[in-house]
Amino acid sequence: MEQLWIDLAAVLAAASPLVIAAMGETLSERAGVINLSLDGTMLLAAMTGFAVALTTGNLALGFAAAALVGAAVAAVLGLFSLTLGQSQTAVGFVLALLCTDLSSFLGAPFARVPGPAVPFTPIPVLADLPVLGTLFFRHDPVIYASFLIVPATAYLLYGTRLGLIVRALGERPAAAYARGVDVTRWRYAMLVAGGALVGIAGAAFSLDLKQGWSYRHTFGSGWIVLAIVIFGGWRPWRVALGCYLFAALEIVATRSQSALPNIPTQIVQVAPFVLMIFVLALVNLASSPAAMRRVATLPQIWQRPLLSAINRLRATAPAALGQPFERP
Amino acid sequence: MRTNRLKFAANVTRPLLALAAAFALTSLALLSTGVSPLEAYRLVLFGAFSTPVRLSDMIMLAAPLLLCAVGLSITFAGGLYNLGVEGQMIAGAIAAMVPLRLWPDWPPILLWVLAGLSGAAGGALWALLIGALRRYAGVSEIFAGLGMNFLASGLTFYMVLGPWRRQTSASLSGTDLLPRELWLPTLDRLRLAPAAPVIALIALAVVWWALTKTRWGLEVRAVGLNPAAAARLGVAADRRMAETLAACGALAGIAGMLQVVAVHHALISNISSGIGLLGLLVALLARADPRWLLPIAVAFASFTVGSIQLPLTLGIDSAIAGVLQGALVLFALVSRARRS
Repeated sequence: MEQLWIDLAAVLAAASPLVIAAMGETLSERAGVINLSLDGTMLLAAMTGFAVALTTGNLALGFAAAALVGAAVAAVLGLFSLTLGQSQTAVGFVLALLCTDLSSFLGAPFARVPGPAVPFTPIPVLADLPVLGTLFFRHDPVIYASFLIVPATAYLLYGTRLGLIVRALGERPAAAYARGVDVTRWRYAMLVAGGALVGIAGAAFSLDLKQGWSYRHTFGSGWIVLAIVIFGGWRPWRVALGCYLFAALEIVATRSQSALPNIPTQIVQVAPFVLMIFVLALVNLASSPAAMRRVATLPQIWQRPLLSAINRLRATAPAALGQPFERP
Repeated sequence: MRTNRLKFAANVTRPLLALAAAFALTSLALLSTGVSPLEAYRLVLFGAFSTPVRLSDMIMLAAPLLLCAVGLSITFAGGLYNLGVEGQMIAGAIAAMVPLRLWPDWPPILLWVLAGLSGAAGGALWALLIGALRRYAGVSEIFAGLGMNFLASGLTFYMVLGPWRRQTSASLSGTDLLPRELWLPTLDRLRLAPAAPVIALIALAVVWWALTKTRWGLEVRAVGLNPAAAARLGVAADRRMAETLAACGALAGIAGMLQVVAVHHALISNISSGIGLLGLLVALLARADPRWLLPIAVAFASFTVGSIQLPLTLGIDSAIAGVLQGALVLFALVSRARRS
């Protein structure tokens, strides 16, 4: 039993960069902007964070630099899409490739150099609690932050006036505008804040989870975070759940590898990515009108639980996601 | 008169400004490593033309790159971001291997045709799966494509380490080399197989004709501009979407086939080498005008080939070619901005 708790704690730790990046992306997508550059941003921020922490010997500076890189890339995306009216998808995709190559080019001198890492800091007293201590209180500050950021994002979106504005930006920007909200300015704010979180997530890789820097260090995690945000229906708790599921799949995949040595590592590594996309497809299929009609033909007793399950699974994108806003 | 002159000035100065901005960004990256940017540019921009061997390598990269970019210009016309092009190339490469491994003693010409058809079919099938995911499961083509890319590279690893592993020992470096008589014929002592650029140029001509001169092309562009309006006008929008994806997948599949029979002569684990994603950059840059596809594909291929010498001669990473390519596309996008 103890082993199970330790494994679960490992899942919580492994998901920490994903959770932080996914919350950042959720914030900007709820405000109506897709930051498709996520994977490249994370790589560039991971490299910068590691390089800064290594040369200054200061971890906090490393994280600050990573956040700055994330915010800067997001600001460039904002400038080109929100201000200059280019497609968010096109600019985001180009930025993803550009930042990836920048990280490979500028990071070459730092590849496979040993460097600083966030220290393990169990929380006194709480760490000794049975089960809960193992699960939640024997980690490091980055992982604690990843725990706190989920309720914080949920509270911001659903419990504050700012959250109301953000959701309006994504759903009905014209209505927000009519109420005196400067749509473009607030979209910039959320995009840049989300980008800073994505940058911190990058540093969470290079300074904590996968310490150090190497070519394409994060192995495509940024792309999977984008899929998880959709899978989570743009709702913080569900998005976080998606991240933990993905991390659990990854850990199961690496474990099953020692049990099934015939299957090559590389296949096991891509499996969670593929599974995630197909889970997304299944969820969408289950909530499609055709599936609903099928449910309606079932006996009454089955209908209600099925429909409520489907309703829970159903994910609708913010209505104005990716759409440019023209002042009326 | 006056507005015309202004327009002309904007048409000339804007691309020049974009060019300058892209080179400024790349130069900053180069300066940060302490090497002379001029020395680096000499290699990146002209290195591919310095020897016949490099020139032939450049052409052998430009051919699959052009095929992918041409295919992507179809999906772009139809309003789709086919990020799955990389996986379609891989699927084409795997499918092309099938006849080559099944009947290695058949006449080579027949096998090349079979490999081309099989590669095109494999790529098209992979692309249609994306269309199905989009149409029936509501997954955007961007994420469906990324998922299929991961699946395709998983499949390659499986084939290379499993059923098609080397006879001596399974290795990630790839399958056994194909028998020499199945390699696409090359020019004397060079790695240049003339068939590859010829196929790519034919594809460019056919697609340009189909998109601009046929009713089909008109319908595809109508769907790309406004699917709902196109459907109202009696265009079978779903069908056109599936066709554009299949056409792009088929061309990417042929690019994958060329990687197998003309470049690597085996299935290797990194058979697509990022050519599909680079093709997306080429197609984005040439989006306004398909006549630019060829020169841009050649330029990008020469940057990539030229940069290969950087680590040895200047001790810097070759990824600078990608920085330059990305920066060019990024600033070109801005130079077309509606508002300024």
